[in-house]
Amino acid sequence: MFSAMLGEAWHAMGANRLRTFLTMLGMVIGVGAVVLMMAIGQGAEASVKRSISAMGSHLFVVLSGPPRMGGARTATGNAPSLNVRDANAISELYGVMGVAPVTMGKGQVVYASNNWNTDVIGTTAEYMDIRGWGLSAGYAFSASDTRSATRVALLGKTVVQNLFGDDGEVDPVGKTIRINQRPFVVLGVLDSKGQTLDGRDQDDTIIVPLTTAQRKLFGNQLPGTVRQIMVQAESDNVMSMVEEALNSLLNQRHNIREGADSDFSVRNLTAIANSAAETARTMSLLLGAIASVSLLVGGIGIMNIMLVSVTERTREIGIRMAIGARERDILMQFLLEAIMISIVGCLIGIVIGVTGAVLVSVFTQAEVIVSSASVLIAFSVAASIGVFFGFYPARKAARLNPIEALRYQ
Amino acid sequence: MQASVIEVKHLYKAYRSAAGDFPVLKDVNLQVLPGDYVAIMGPSGSGKSTFMNILGCLDMPTAGSYVLDGYAVATMAADQVAKVRNQTIGFVFQGFNLLARASLLDNVALPLVYAGVSKEERHTRARLLLEKVGLSKHLDSHPNQISGGQQQRVAIARALVNQPRLILADEPTGNLDSTTSEEIMAIFDGLNQEGITIVLVTHETDIAEHAKRQVRFLDGCIVQDTGAAIAKASGVDHV
Repeated sequence: MFSAMLGEAWHAMGANRLRTFLTMLGMVIGVGAVVLMMAIGQGAEASVKRSISAMGSHLFVVLSGPPRMGGARTATGNAPSLNVRDANAISELYGVMGVAPVTMGKGQVVYASNNWNTDVIGTTAEYMDIRGWGLSAGYAFSASDTRSATRVALLGKTVVQNLFGDDGEVDPVGKTIRINQRPFVVLGVLDSKGQTLDGRDQDDTIIVPLTTAQRKLFGNQLPGTVRQIMVQAESDNVMSMVEEALNSLLNQRHNIREGADSDFSVRNLTAIANSAAETARTMSLLLGAIASVSLLVGGIGIMNIMLVSVTERTREIGIRMAIGARERDILMQFLLEAIMISIVGCLIGIVIGVTGAVLVSVFTQAEVIVSSASVLIAFSVAASIGVFFGFYPARKAARLNPIEALRYQ
Repeated sequence: MQASVIEVKHLYKAYRSAAGDFPVLKDVNLQVLPGDYVAIMGPSGSGKSTFMNILGCLDMPTAGSYVLDGYAVATMAADQVAKVRNQTIGFVFQGFNLLARASLLDNVALPLVYAGVSKEERHTRARLLLEKVGLSKHLDSHPNQISGGQQQRVAIARALVNQPRLILADEPTGNLDSTTSEEIMAIFDGLNQEGITIVLVTHETDIAEHAKRQVRFLDGCIVQDTGAAIAKASGVDHV
C-alpha cells in the first residue's frame, strides 16, 4: 500500500512538471546555499586551524617590555630587559616543556648574483621543536653550534627561491651565502609553513644560532640580551599556571616591585590563535544560518503549492473517500507528495552545492570542505521541512467533507 | 427470514442554517433485502440525493437509525465507516468520477489499494472486471480517451472490484444518451441477477422500470413504495 502511495505521489509530481520544478527550486536553492556556505565556512575554519598548528601548540612568547625614554614609552621588544639567563631560569619552571630565546633583525643576503632582504632569527636548536618546524633538506644546527657561534644558517623556502632560483636546480645545502656581508654555510632548508593568520610569509626567514646572531650579526649593546623568549607549556591544562609562574619568576628576577609596571610582557599565542579559529567558526555558522532562511522560504513555497493542489484536487479527494480512503490515507498521500518534492529538491540542491563548492575552490584557491555532516544536516532539515510544511495542507485534505468534495467543480 | 441489507428507521436529516434547521428528510423508513433492485425517484429537492448519501455512509442522519448489513453505521468510528465504503458498498456516480490522471486499470484497482491488496492481485482483479464490462482493450487508456458510456462501465467495474454486497448508483445514466443508458442498465440488470443488491436514483421512468421496486420521494418523505407488496409477499413485516 505504501509503495502504491509512493507511486501516486511520484505521478502527482509529474502531472504538473513546471509547477513541481518551480516549487522544488526553493528547496534546491536553499539546500545548495547551505551546503556551499558550510563548505566555505568549514574550509576557512580548517585553514585557520592549520595555521595554528603550524605556529606550534601551547605557546607563550615573552617580549622584552617597552623601554621608557623619559615619560614616553617605545615599542615592545626594544628594551634589553630579557637575557639568556632568564630563558634558562624559565626552563626550570614546572609545566614548561621547551624554551627558546630569540633575537632577530633584518639581514641582506647574497648568493652569487642574487640578493634578498629577509628576517634573520637567532635562536637555539630547541626553537625548531617548539615551533614544530622540520627541515626539507640538510640538517639543523646543534647546541654546540650555539655554544661556539658558528656561521651556519637554515633557510626558509622563500629565501631559497630568491637566492637559488625557483627551479630547484641548485641544492642550497653546503653552499656559502653572505648575510650582512659575513659568510654563512647553509646547513638545511626549512619546511614550508605558509602564511601566518595576518598574512606574513613565515618562509621568508633565515634561522642562525643565537650566539652567532648576537655576536656576529647584530652586535648587542648588552651581551646576552634577547628580544623575546618562546615558551612551550606541556599541555593546554597547565597554560594558565605556566603564565602565572612566568610573570612572578621574571618580576622577581628583574626586581620589579609589586604594583609596578613589568619590563616584559607575556603573550599567550595559542589563545590569540584560538580566537581566530572561533571567529572562523562563528562565520561559518552565520553563513549557514543565512542560507537556512532560504530553506525556510522554500518550505513556505511547498506549503503554498500543496494548498493550491489540495483545492484543485478536492474532487479527487472526494472520490477517494467515497471508495474507502481513510483520513490517514489522504493525509499520507499529500504528506508524501510534499516530502517527495522537498527530498528530490534537496538531492538536486546537494549536487549543486557540492559542484559550487568545487568551482569555488578551483577559481579562488580558497580551501573548501564539503563534510558529510553538512550534507546530512541539509538533507534531514529538508525532509523535516517537507513534513512540517506539508502537514497542514495534507490535514486540510484529509478533513474534507466527502459530499462537498464530490460536489466540488 | 433473510437479514436485510439496508434497514432505515425514522430517519431524520436537517441542515442547519442561520434561519434555523431546514429538514430534508422527515421520518423515512425503508428496508432493502438481499437481491433487491430499488429505484429511488422524485423531483429535485425531494431529499433523494441526501438519502443516497446517508445510505452510502458519506453523510450521517440527524436522528433515526440506519443499519447496513447488520451494522449500525451511526455508532461506527470514521475508519470503520471508510472500510464499509470500501468493502460493503460500490458507488456509481452520475459524473463517473474517475481519476483523470490514472489509467483505467489503476482506476478500477484503486479501492483495492485502500483495502491493502497486493499489487499483482489488484491488477488481476481489475483486469478481470474490465473484461467483464467489455473494456479489456483499453486497460492502459485514460478516462479522457474513451466515451461517456465506457467511462461509466469503468466506474461500475471499480464499484465491483471489492465484491460489495450493495451497489449504490446516483443517476448513473444522467449524462448518457438513451442507447448507452440501456447498455449500462443491462449491466446493472445482470449484476442484480447475480445476486447483488442495487439501489439507484433516477429521474427517468424507463430507467426506473429496470428495477424490481420503485420508491418515490416527495418533500423528504416516501410517498410511494411499490416494493411494500414484495416485502409483504416474502413475509417480511414492512414498516
